[in-house]
Order: sequence, then structure tokens, then C-alpha cells
Amino acid sequence: MVRVDGVDAPETLIQVRNLDKRYQRGSEEIHVLQGLNLDVTPGEFVAFMGPSGSGKTTLLNLLGGLDVPTSGSITVAGDELTRMSAAKLTRWRARHVGFIFQMYNLLPVLTAFGNVELPLLLTKLNRAQRRRQVETALALVGLADRMDHYPRQLSGGQEQRVAIARAIVADPSFLLCDEPTGDLDRASAEEILDLLTALAKEHGKTILMVTHDPRAAARADHILHLDKGVLVETAGEGARP
Amino acid sequence: MKYLGLVLANLRRKKTRTLLTVGSFAVALFLFGLLAAIHFAFYQGIEVAGVDRLVVINRVSIIQPLPVSYRERLLQMAGVQAVTSANWFGGVYQDERNFFPQFAVDHETYRDMFPEFVIPDQEWAAFSSDREGCVVGAALAQRYGWKLGDRIPIRGTIFPGIWEFNVRAIYRGSRPGDDEGQFWFRRDYLEERAPQWIKGLVGWYTVRVADADTAAAVARAIDDRFANSPFETKTEPERAFAASFAKQMGNIQALILIIGGVVFFTLLLVTGNTQALAVRERTTELAVLKTVGFSDHLTLLLVLAESTLVALVGGVAGILAAKLVTPGLTQALPGFTVYLPTADLLMGVALALAVGVAAGILPAVSAMRLRVVDALRRV
Repeated sequence: MVRVDGVDAPETLIQVRNLDKRYQRGSEEIHVLQGLNLDVTPGEFVAFMGPSGSGKTTLLNLLGGLDVPTSGSITVAGDELTRMSAAKLTRWRARHVGFIFQMYNLLPVLTAFGNVELPLLLTKLNRAQRRRQVETALALVGLADRMDHYPRQLSGGQEQRVAIARAIVADPSFLLCDEPTGDLDRASAEEILDLLTALAKEHGKTILMVTHDPRAAARADHILHLDKGVLVETAGEGARP
Repeated sequence: MKYLGLVLANLRRKKTRTLLTVGSFAVALFLFGLLAAIHFAFYQGIEVAGVDRLVVINRVSIIQPLPVSYRERLLQMAGVQAVTSANWFGGVYQDERNFFPQFAVDHETYRDMFPEFVIPDQEWAAFSSDREGCVVGAALAQRYGWKLGDRIPIRGTIFPGIWEFNVRAIYRGSRPGDDEGQFWFRRDYLEERAPQWIKGLVGWYTVRVADADTAAAVARAIDDRFANSPFETKTEPERAFAASFAKQMGNIQALILIIGGVVFFTLLLVTGNTQALAVRERTTELAVLKTVGFSDHLTLLLVLAESTLVALVGGVAGILAAKLVTPGLTQALPGFTVYLPTADLLMGVALALAVGVAAGILPAVSAMRLRVVDALRRV
């Protein structure tokens, strides 16, 4: 279930209340988010749409603990993000959030295996356990045979699949995707969307995705539009009752 | 250790740049090693001087002699345990360039005074029973290919004529850096052939005191004892004597410090700039690391680890290379024992690490302070 009206939903994974975010650009104050509310229960696939500058990425950054709101609260799995120190927020992010970027953002000096292993270096898993998890994640995205390849040896679609493997390898509470198909051709974009859909439908992953692409958004269970700093819901193709 | 792969991968990113930086450290530390070894060569007398030994010279100058009769008078003084003497010979072996110090020594007392020079009893006995015998240091013997029984001609400069000596003993230093480049022969041989003006005179005395704590008092007593005589004395602890002797060659230490300081400061600037560039180039990657949960401090340590590892590898390579070439320098610089002490070797590695950390600290702090949101927005 996804709600944007500020009414508490049962068993929410993510609860956002009265979220405000203002930027100072020179002498001008930009009020990006204005009292935004959001409730997301586990396993939902949510797409955020809106024109450029509407605050989609800002919202994603706030939900991922990369930025702090001007006011309001964000609670994820019972943890109130706005009360956490920067160090605690970093540890929280490692445990709860998987990030997928438009430009993949893989480390070019590491192989696919090395890139996917990165989040696991922060855990107490030993080398063998890390290897097993990385191999599982890469197999899940269909790249078991490419684990020794460097990013420059992979296509855009394959790079994004490695990025998805990196995002899911530590089994985070939810995935944040910022334009995950924005840099891909249609076929590759479809592959990535198939993968994200499978992660949501078959593996119960909660996915929050920012996109400009209506076809990508249509794969989500819920499509939320950012309008004047607040969210408005419209149903997606895969919408659940 | 689990982050080592990430550190190494980043260093492999620009192999040429990393190799050049490692090379800079290697060259700087090689130079440091050579300077430290040369410093040791000049100041080795100070390093290895005995704390319980005093050197008694003529108050006017070391080139002015002292009467041989002072030996008995010194031995009678309170706190004096043993006395030996030596003369500077200043001869030339084959060619002027073949410099090494030659001393005419009191063969009955010299060996006991300097136990750090190890000589087999049998060889010392052979030297003591041959008026034309000589004792040579192991390095000196190696340089000229001398062996026991060889006859060595030395052309006298202060004491004219060709003097021939039989190699009867070869001594070795018991500590690293002991001077194995000296040539000793019997003073009675010098006394026999030397001109009249030097007969009955020695170059200097070396005195062992019974208690090292009383060395200064004994030195004062010796100088007081011979005050207002035709041969007034100047007595110093062996260490002070060696230091003042080294100072006559100029302030080598200051020169070495200046050269070393300039080299390390330049290295710091070059490495710091390289590291800053390396960090600037991968701002987005650092932001991604932080996004997936790498803490600010871990990011700082990873960047510091890169510059420190480069410094360590280059520094160790350079200082070991210096260590390898110093024996060759001893051979090439007659009269000097060029030796790189372990303490200087370790100090070199520590200096390299310090420069590595200093060069990496600013880029590491900027990586630590990097705001993920700002860095990702730049993409």
C-alpha cells in the first residue's frame, strides 16, 4: 500500500511526514518539497515522476539518507533518519538502502565482482561468504559469466545490471533507483525494467524509482507525481488494488 | 586487509603515475641513505668512540708531539687504568690516491686499549715478534688484495724513504661501522729509522680511565699535571676529540641536513600534488563509496593508505638500494668507512612514511568531507 495523504498506513516500511526541503541559491530560496507525506508498505514498486527540478532526486536523496530535510520526519523500518548523526546515517544506509544510478557509477578499476562486493566489505562476512553472496547476486542479474569483466568490457545494460547486483547484494530494506534506464537504449531499458519488476514481484523488494520515462513508470505498482512540492498518486500498469 | 584490493586497484588506475611516484620516493630515500652513510663516514669516530677513553694531545696542535716519557707519568695518575700511544705516519702506498691512515703504535699496549678491533692471538703474536710487522684492517686488506705474509712498501712523506712492512695480522671490527681501513705498525720500528727530531716523541696518547664517570675530572687533572711544561696537553674524551676532528672538515652535518630537507620537501610537494590530482579525478567514485556506506573516516583512511603504501614501497626500495651500494663506496673512498646504520635505515623508512602521510592528508581530508549529494550532482 502507498499513501500520500498523511494518514497512517498499517505496517509501513517508509513513513514520511510533513517533509520540507529548501535550498538557498544565491539570494533566492528554493522551496523544493513542501509538507510532503508518504507511506510505503514493504514489497511495493513505486515510481516518482515530475518535471525537471520538481524535487524527485532530492526526495530520493532524503529517503536514502544522503541529504537532510529542512523539517519533517522520515522513518524507515522504525528508524527515524532525521535524528541520526552523519556517522550513524552512513551505517544505516549500508544496512538498509541499495542505490541504482542513471550512469551506473561502477568503479572502473574493479571487476564486476569487485564492484558488487563493495557493500559487503562493510559487513563482518568472511571472504568465502562474500564470494558466495556476490556470485548469487550476479547470477540473479544474469551476469554470472561476466564477474571478472571490468566495466569497460561490458555494455551499458550489463553495467546497469552489475549496479543492480551491487544494490541488492547486501539484501537492503529497499532500493532507490534514480533514472535507472535513462542512459540505455530501449532493449536494454526493457531488460533492466524486467529485472526490477522481477525483484519486486518475485523477491518482494521495495523499490522507489525516479523516472522521466512513462513506459518505465508504468511498470511500477504506483506512480506518484511531484507537483508543487507534494506527491499526487496516479495508478500504474502493475497497480495493485 | 579486506580493503587492500581496493587500495591496490586504485593505485593500478594510472600505472605510470604510480610508478613515477614510487620512483620519486625511491630516489629520495636512496639519496637519504647515501647522505646518512656519508655522514657516518665523517662522524664514525664519534659513533664508536669509547666512553672510558681520553685522548691526550699537545695543547698547541695535534701535529705537535708529546714526550714518550709522559706514558709513565700518566700511568701514575689517579683514575688512569691504561695508556697507549701512536704516531701519524702519513705514507703513500703506490699512488697518492691510495689514501689510508697509518699509525705507528705501541705494540705492547695498543691492542688492549681498543678491544673492539678483533685480532687472532696467533697473528698478534706474529706482529709483536716482527719489528717490521704490520696489522691491517680487513677492508683495507680486501681493497688491495693483501694477505698474511705479504710485504708492503710504503713511501714516507713525513719520514722519508721507502718503508717495507710484513702483513702479520688482519683485524676486524666487532661492531657494524667499526673502521677496518687502518694500518698499524710498530712504533719501535719508526723510532729506529725516523730522523732525530722525532725520536722520543709520540703523536698522542690514549688513556683509559677506571671509571667512565670520572673521565672529565681525570682529563682536567692530566692537563693540570702538565701545565706550564714545555709540552702542555689538551685532554678530551675520545668522543669529543672525534667530534672536533670531524668539525675540521666543515659542517658536513648541516650540509647533509639542508640537502635532505630540500629533497624531502620537494618530494612532499610533488607527491601531495599527485595525490590531490588522483582524488579530484575520482570524486564521483568516492561519493559512490560513501553512498553504499563507506564512512567518512574509512574514506579518509583509504586515500591515506594509497599515499602511504606508495611511500613505503618506494622508500624501502630506495633505502635498500642505498644499503647495497655503500660497501662499494667504502671501496671507492679510501680512508672512509661508508656504512648505513640500521637506525638510519629505519629512520629513512619512517621519514618516507611521514612524507606519505603528510602528502595524503589534505586530499584525504577533502575526500572525507566530500558531500555525496554535491558530488553526484556534478556528474
